[in-house]
Amino acid sequence: MPVTPAAVALPPASGFVRRFCRNRTAMISLCILVLITLVAIFAPYLAPQDPARSSLRAIMKPPSLKYLLGSDDLGRDVLSRLIFASRLSLIASVQAVVIALGIGLPLGLISGYVGGWVDAIIMRFNDALMSFPALILAVVIVGMMGPSLTNAMTAIGLVYAPRVMRVVRGSTLSVRQEVYITSARATGCGDARIILRHVLPNVMGPLVVQSTVLMGQALLAEAGLSFLGLGVQPPEASWGSILGSAFPYMQRSPVPTIAAGLVISVTVLCFNLVGDGIRDSVGRMRRAGD
Amino acid sequence: MNTLLYLARRLLSAVPILMLVGLITFLLIHLTPGDPAAVVAGDNATAEAIEAARHRLGLDKPFLMQFWDWLSGVMVGDLGTSFTSGRPVVSLIFDRLPITLSLTAGSTLIGLGIAVPLGVLAAIWRGSWSDRLIIITTSMGIAAPEFFIGLLLVLVVALNMGLLPATGYVPFAEDPVEWARRLILPCFTLGIGLAAELARQVRGAMIDVLSRDYIQTARAKGLSTLSIIVKHGLKNAAIPIVTVLGLQIRRLLGGAVIVEQIFAMNGVGSLAVRAVFLRDLPVLLGVALITAVVVLFVNLLVDMSYGYFDPKVRQS
Repeated sequence: MPVTPAAVALPPASGFVRRFCRNRTAMISLCILVLITLVAIFAPYLAPQDPARSSLRAIMKPPSLKYLLGSDDLGRDVLSRLIFASRLSLIASVQAVVIALGIGLPLGLISGYVGGWVDAIIMRFNDALMSFPALILAVVIVGMMGPSLTNAMTAIGLVYAPRVMRVVRGSTLSVRQEVYITSARATGCGDARIILRHVLPNVMGPLVVQSTVLMGQALLAEAGLSFLGLGVQPPEASWGSILGSAFPYMQRSPVPTIAAGLVISVTVLCFNLVGDGIRDSVGRMRRAGD
Repeated sequence: MNTLLYLARRLLSAVPILMLVGLITFLLIHLTPGDPAAVVAGDNATAEAIEAARHRLGLDKPFLMQFWDWLSGVMVGDLGTSFTSGRPVVSLIFDRLPITLSLTAGSTLIGLGIAVPLGVLAAIWRGSWSDRLIIITTSMGIAAPEFFIGLLLVLVVALNMGLLPATGYVPFAEDPVEWARRLILPCFTLGIGLAAELARQVRGAMIDVLSRDYIQTARAKGLSTLSIIVKHGLKNAAIPIVTVLGLQIRRLLGGAVIVEQIFAMNGVGSLAVRAVFLRDLPVLLGVALITAVVVLFVNLLVDMSYGYFDPKVRQS
């Protein structure tokens, strides 16, 4: 593509948008995510049936025109249930990521900016927290607090906070060396102002990538916990709990299990691919953590 | 001598982390809403029973004293007693650990068995359509939850084709053949995600190694592609691969919780899930602590393997 003067003069933000739009995989994934969000918002208008209405005559029916994805063990329409469950699944993931950011962002900024023994202490705690398998720690935290969706998402947020912290600390450390930080300090800026005005904007790129990937991870973790019965409690349902309740009847009616599993997998895949796309478009930064 | 020093240094560096892991586990009990002693004493407990529980847990002592008491118990292998079964937590967990470890070890083998050939082929065919296919497949493998893969395997292989049993676990000592047969599906369930993650690492590491000068030299000497890959490529690509394997152990242990549930295996994960419903706090804390120790131990092994794969590490 020839470089026109206009393209060169574009501010960096639109350069990012242009690079991202050129990434076909990421764009398709983003469209699917937008579509899923719209489905969640307009669930009452889109669901063909009342997700809570059960019918004794429609127990575990195979897919038909009336029940596009079949019906479950209580005679409820699986498609309508999946459509309504997208709300809880998405909100729950956002909740977990917000908690992870709320803990990880300030700690990462402090750890990276202040350095010294503060950094050493925070990092050792971080290492220790990251020695626990995420799902097991989440199960244990839920066990301590009692099974419920809020507790499950709090647990997942706590478990993922160290990952956010690591990413933020890493970027803060590299920004701290820059000349403009030294000159900001020389002009008499306070630490709080430097962190908010100069460090934070530079941390945003990696943070957005990490948050996107964490959305997928949180969705997966929520599905796992709800599958185990430790997350959302009936009569409410998320994709994971629909999968969990369809699983015992899988031999008789496999469609609900497969449908719920596919919805979860596709959504997580899209979050991962959008995260990869953002990372590639921002340029020199890399996705840290695992 | 160098190796021994290296080992000792590694072991020593694990001690502070181990202490912190203990502290975090201990702090978890304070997440219990309300009074942990009341939860411990059970429903309809009298005020005396709650006081007795508080005393037994040491919750009436200063915080540091509590931690020290708990830690000195842990040091001698005392993780408390299960509220529901009355058995020592340590023996409950160690009874089930072989199941979970068989599962994670088997999945690691399957993960490596799939990932190494796939990653090497993708690296050799870099940029071709087969490389792209492998990348797309591994992306899907990373995103697919364990429970979905497991359920599909149960549905197709066990229920429809009837090739393998769908659930249950048989101890190795009882019947080694049945032990292996019952582990195949769970290990594949857990191993596929690992394979997807590892295959990408193998590909990346191999691409890096294959571009090095010594590979050119080996080629110029007339060595076959196979022996170049096995003798020079894989050994040099091993460090990033082993590193990722070490990171993935946490995911395997976490995934085991779900896989054990699907395949009705009575492992550590099932123990934890049941403990949540029974509010059996000592068992939960024990599971957290022991799995973290397993993770630290595996990472220690990974660190030590660097010395094997790369002699420079030993000398530094």
